[in-house]
Amino acid sequence: MEPVLLKEGIYWVGAIDWDMQYFHGPVYKTHRGTTYNSYLIVDEKVTLVDAVYAPFAGEMVERIRKIIDPARIDYIVVNHLETDHTGALPEVMKLAPKAKIFCTARCKAGLEKHYYGNWDYEVVKTGSELALGRRTLSFIEAPMLHWPDSMFTYVQEDALLMPNDAFGQHLASAFRFDDEVETDLIMEEASRYYANILYPLSKLVLKKLDEVAGLGIPISMIAPSHGVIWRKNPGRIIEAYRRWASGEWLPRAVVVYDTMWGSTAAMARSIIEGLAAEKVDARLVKISIRDLNHIFTELLEARLLVVGSPTVNRSHLSVLSPFLDELTGLKPVNRLGAAFGSYGWSRGAVKAMEGKLEAAGLTLAGEGLELLWVPDEAGLESCREWGRVLARKVKEQG
Amino acid sequence: MEKWECDVCGYIYDPAEGDSSAGIEPGTSFEDLPEDWVCPDCGVGKEDFTKLD
Repeated sequence: MEPVLLKEGIYWVGAIDWDMQYFHGPVYKTHRGTTYNSYLIVDEKVTLVDAVYAPFAGEMVERIRKIIDPARIDYIVVNHLETDHTGALPEVMKLAPKAKIFCTARCKAGLEKHYYGNWDYEVVKTGSELALGRRTLSFIEAPMLHWPDSMFTYVQEDALLMPNDAFGQHLASAFRFDDEVETDLIMEEASRYYANILYPLSKLVLKKLDEVAGLGIPISMIAPSHGVIWRKNPGRIIEAYRRWASGEWLPRAVVVYDTMWGSTAAMARSIIEGLAAEKVDARLVKISIRDLNHIFTELLEARLLVVGSPTVNRSHLSVLSPFLDELTGLKPVNRLGAAFGSYGWSRGAVKAMEGKLEAAGLTLAGEGLELLWVPDEAGLESCREWGRVLARKVKEQG
Repeated sequence: MEKWECDVCGYIYDPAEGDSSAGIEPGTSFEDLPEDWVCPDCGVGKEDFTKLD
């Protein structure tokens, strides 16, 4: 693929990774690959903004070569030191050894401990400017969005924001812009990205959105470091981030469960029926066959999380543990929880799951539901009724 | 003097130790830290800290 023009003299020179299945090691399953977006600004000073993951260095360099000899790169802006954006830096520095790197102090410290290169750095802060000739860049530090070193770069004359990982999506595509790819698909991947990476940092996201709004700078285009570039409607993703970061919810419930011999599964399906009878959009997730990041994406705008497990060894099935552990780290705000499950002799699963829901910050919506052995029709009806009662809680404001 | 914890990364500011990376002397209370002081581990500001009991 050729470089892609964003604005006069500003090009996408990144790489498309159609094969990426796991991101952040085994943690984050990417269903639709990803892109590593790198941008070249050809001005009196030729400037590269972010690079790509190391295996794609050659692809990026070839794209740059179609525009200009990489040896002519004067400046490299590194918005974020994570290796998917900097792995190709050593290769670029070989081709352009005199290039100066502009980044935050924390980014510089991290790059030195990643690549151990004898490179020329200039540390920038919020408010720092860099004149390229016809254009001027300004920088906005964004600590913990999503690493301590993160920052945004803004091209003043083009009203172009390059916020690195913020507003990104893991979405490989033959196209580079939001108006060329189905909106629902982009938003689904943007929400998956938010739910799995930025959700616990929502308070900081809100503050940063306010800070950027307070600068009063026009934004005509947002070019993140993964996925499509917001050209037609940059406001759409800003508005979505505000909604997600505010913890706004829809009358939606996610029932996450697993089962030994089918009793808890039967309970789960009846609970879904009860929720749906009260017009709550209820979604059923059997945890052992789903990726965690699928579940967290479903939870992003759901008011209620219901977890179900039979009692085994006086607690819940261990297959739920990674989910419940990660839930604690994601710190959901303003969300309800409830637990259910079948048991044979002693109980324990519901109490254990309720404890973990509360530890993660959820408010219990009501008493847990436990049924002995295999539920009969009366037992299933009690599950439906439990679902209906929960649904009414979901629809209460609060 | 109370210790304060960073809500984002869990760093604990201990007034008895100060913060040598930012030139903050031991004995400096959290309240007396400059307004532009940031978490030495993750970089967020004072407003993202919570007082420990």
